[in-house]
Amino acid sequence: MGRYVIRRLLQMIPVFIGSTFLIFFMVYALGDPVAALFGDKAPDPATAARIRKDLYLDQPLWKQYLHYMGAIFQGDFGTAFNGQSVTELMAGAFPVTLRLTLVAIFFEIVIGITLGVISGLRRGRTVDTSVLVLTLVVISVPTFVTGYLLQYLFGVKWGWVRPTVSPDAPLNELILPGIVLALVSLAYVTRLSRTSIAENVKADYVRTATAKGLPRSRVVTRHLLRNSLIPVVTFIGTDIGALMGGAIVTERIFNIHGVGYQLYQGILRNNSPTVVGFVTILVIVFLLANLLVDLLYAVLDPRIRYA
Amino acid sequence: MLRDNISKQDEGGGVTTSEILSVAETGGGSAVPLLEVDNLQVEFKTRDGVAKAVNGVSYSVSAGETLAVLGESGSGKSVTAQAIMGILDSPPGRVAGGEVRFHGRDILKMSDEERRKLRGDKMAMIFQDALSSLNPVYSVGDQLGEMFRVHRGMSKKDSKAKAIELMDRVKIPAAKARVGDYPHQFSGGMRQRIMIAMALALEPDLIIADEPTTALDVTVQAQVMDLLAELQREMNMGLILITHDLGVVADVADKIAVMYAGRIVETAPVHEIYKRPSHPYTRGLLDSIPRLDQKGQELYAIKGLPPNLLRIPAGCAFSPRCPKAQDICRTEIPALHPVTELDGTELPGRGSACHFWKDQIHG
Repeated sequence: MGRYVIRRLLQMIPVFIGSTFLIFFMVYALGDPVAALFGDKAPDPATAARIRKDLYLDQPLWKQYLHYMGAIFQGDFGTAFNGQSVTELMAGAFPVTLRLTLVAIFFEIVIGITLGVISGLRRGRTVDTSVLVLTLVVISVPTFVTGYLLQYLFGVKWGWVRPTVSPDAPLNELILPGIVLALVSLAYVTRLSRTSIAENVKADYVRTATAKGLPRSRVVTRHLLRNSLIPVVTFIGTDIGALMGGAIVTERIFNIHGVGYQLYQGILRNNSPTVVGFVTILVIVFLLANLLVDLLYAVLDPRIRYA
Repeated sequence: MLRDNISKQDEGGGVTTSEILSVAETGGGSAVPLLEVDNLQVEFKTRDGVAKAVNGVSYSVSAGETLAVLGESGSGKSVTAQAIMGILDSPPGRVAGGEVRFHGRDILKMSDEERRKLRGDKMAMIFQDALSSLNPVYSVGDQLGEMFRVHRGMSKKDSKAKAIELMDRVKIPAAKARVGDYPHQFSGGMRQRIMIAMALALEPDLIIADEPTTALDVTVQAQVMDLLAELQREMNMGLILITHDLGVVADVADKIAVMYAGRIVETAPVHEIYKRPSHPYTRGLLDSIPRLDQKGQELYAIKGLPPNLLRIPAGCAFSPRCPKAQDICRTEIPALHPVTELDGTELPGRGSACHFWKDQIHG
């Protein structure tokens, strides 16, 4: 197990280098950051040249990349255009998004798995069909539609919640945005656990458990659920990374100052240090989440052993 | 607990206190068989109609007795067993009629909870494929111990000790070291031993073994069958052995019921059936056994296929495949006639559902 983890961590290095370089390259292709810094005004050529020199922008791309990576490993992600250091922005944004993600994951697990189990056990009946249709609708409607719709209904029309989230983003204000963020994944979790349950309910070991005289509840939770959830756990694990990076739309709708919001601002203003820095961290989160899922897999299924 | 201690003492000693005890428990009388299946009917609702899987099956098993139920796939032998255990896939399956009396009580009329308490405790089942029948994510010790935790309310620690004891009893080497292993870490034969141990855990009165050796190597088959027979004798259990392997049957069974298309077509004490089958289907089954003295000759096979349960042929279900079928066979369903000698002497336990059973057995 230990050796496996080390090997996986080592494998992350090339993935990390490759993906960060790709991001770096793409942001570079966005346009001239110095021009963006000056906004609409044309920069004074001498000042622009000086800034370029200070930021190594006059050097070839691969050298810029090396400088950047060197700085990252010293904990310096650069400075945003407004003078704030990128690390400072991260310290403000990541906890907010993490909280939002956790709220979303919570709903995915609780609602998604519950619906999945119920419909899986009643395959072909009314409950099952309604859940299937409902999830299909949820999957087909994009987040910006459901987001604005729920915000309007719950926040504006009925006034049950604040339509926008205050800067501190306390947990109770994140419930509605959390649900909006979770919806599509929730529908997938529902479908995945439904299929898995419906398949496993016919498995021989479930029949054995029944033949052993175990109460139905024990057969379902201990024998059926445990086996059926293995693929679901994999999905939810990888979804953590996706949700953290994919909250851009949701954070925009509810004015949450998290990772998505900062990324959006960064891209809009051609603020390359912010974009590259945030995406780099997201890459790491994604890689670690994947490793965790693989390790969890071995815990859930004893047939899988890593060496 | 007392019973436990006693039965442990006479382990290997043959007959026995536990036998006497269990007779005492049932009231001493052997008048009521342990299990009586009476005109049982099971059907499955499918998209194309109702499949009649079991059409009036009756058999009985007494304590210490072994009944072998023989038949091709789809003959309804497993479905009958599942209906007895109460583990039919329902829906689509459903018991459409009949009675199943266990210790004289019709268990089909019991509540779900009452039946659940019988399962595993008083009647247990051994399945064909132990690898898929054991839960892959729990250790065998956990799955064996679960019987004691759920039915006896034992603690984790005590149930683990019991699990080790059981594994010893079914002769799994190094039981103590292997109790924490998972099913996939055992060989096929060892896994089937674990299935047997699980079924025997609470010393049930009735065991149903559904093709317990089909998935095993021939060499291992005999070992597992011997073990099962030995433990059955020791605990004086009734055993229903479902199989399509005539070789297995000869060694362990007391009596045989042959099933075809959801009906019993022949019943007989085990040795008589080999000598003198009284139904053309049984004859066909016996003739399809490969024999050494017929080396080089083509193997006999019953012509045609078992009927579609959605459209069972009118009359005798076997008639389309039967070499001796007459007009009456295609119109009238034969009842299970008692089989007698030519002079009318009764042959106890023998029955044949063939219009021409006399020709078959005496001809």
